[in-house]
Amino acid sequence: MARMKFICDAERCIECNGCVTACKNEHEVPWGVNRRRVVTLNDGVPGEKSISVACMHCSDAPCMAVCPVNCFYKTDEGVVLHDKDVCIGCGYCSYACPFGAPQFPAQGTFGVRGKMDKCTFCAGGPEANGSQAEFEKYGRNRLAEGKLPACAEMCSTKALLAGDGDVVADIFRERVVKRNKGAEVWGWGTAYGSKQAGQQAAVEGVKK
Amino acid sequence: MMSRISLLTVLALAGAVGLSACGEKPQTLGTKNDATAFSGVSNAFAAPGWQAGDKNSWEQQLRARGQYGMNDHTRAP
Repeated sequence: MARMKFICDAERCIECNGCVTACKNEHEVPWGVNRRRVVTLNDGVPGEKSISVACMHCSDAPCMAVCPVNCFYKTDEGVVLHDKDVCIGCGYCSYACPFGAPQFPAQGTFGVRGKMDKCTFCAGGPEANGSQAEFEKYGRNRLAEGKLPACAEMCSTKALLAGDGDVVADIFRERVVKRNKGAEVWGWGTAYGSKQAGQQAAVEGVKK
Repeated sequence: MMSRISLLTVLALAGAVGLSACGEKPQTLGTKNDATAFSGVSNAFAAPGWQAGDKNSWEQQLRARGQYGMNDHTRAP
């Protein structure tokens, strides 16, 4: 297996917010926190495009680099997770993230800011897999249940793809070849590296 | 002489008790160890068709689920 990745196909996304709803429901995310959201570019203008945005689980995650208490870790599958027992809610990760993924609940241990919450790629956290403690802090651990993230599995148009980087890249490539347009993958280069920018290639395996 | 010795003893004991609060608890930084995803879950929601603890079986399960669930070109070419 390569590593877990997200792709949002802007040619298919219809801004239904099904992914947002699926995520909120699956993990019982508190009011005011959106681990995933749909952003529309050129809203109302003919040719507008929508993209579903959450933590992209970057190859070289800037949130991990700036965290002063080192609460982040990366799984063998390249999923970027964090330990809420270590997080101090400073918000540095929020400023570092190019996707605006880190969220801060208004009511939490640390008052107005609270401990950081973000997309876990439905992989839970450091608590025991599938335990109540893990669910209450991080939500469901669907990966350990042999399932893929709820947002992608619930996407009505299959615009949002999630899973093994090789698999989702193959699915997307096949689509682009068949429709002969829409090869741009928003956020892919930023999250996983871009050959054009002289960075690590997107399809390379996870570097531990 | 005796009172001087007892005074010194009392002072030494008071010093020892007072300084005992200066000890430092270990403060370790970093995350707890997380179990691997392929090790499975302890609840009843696991998808059938793969063996918990078998990495290859778990990878095949996710690959098949991704292909079937997200690649509509294979279902309706």
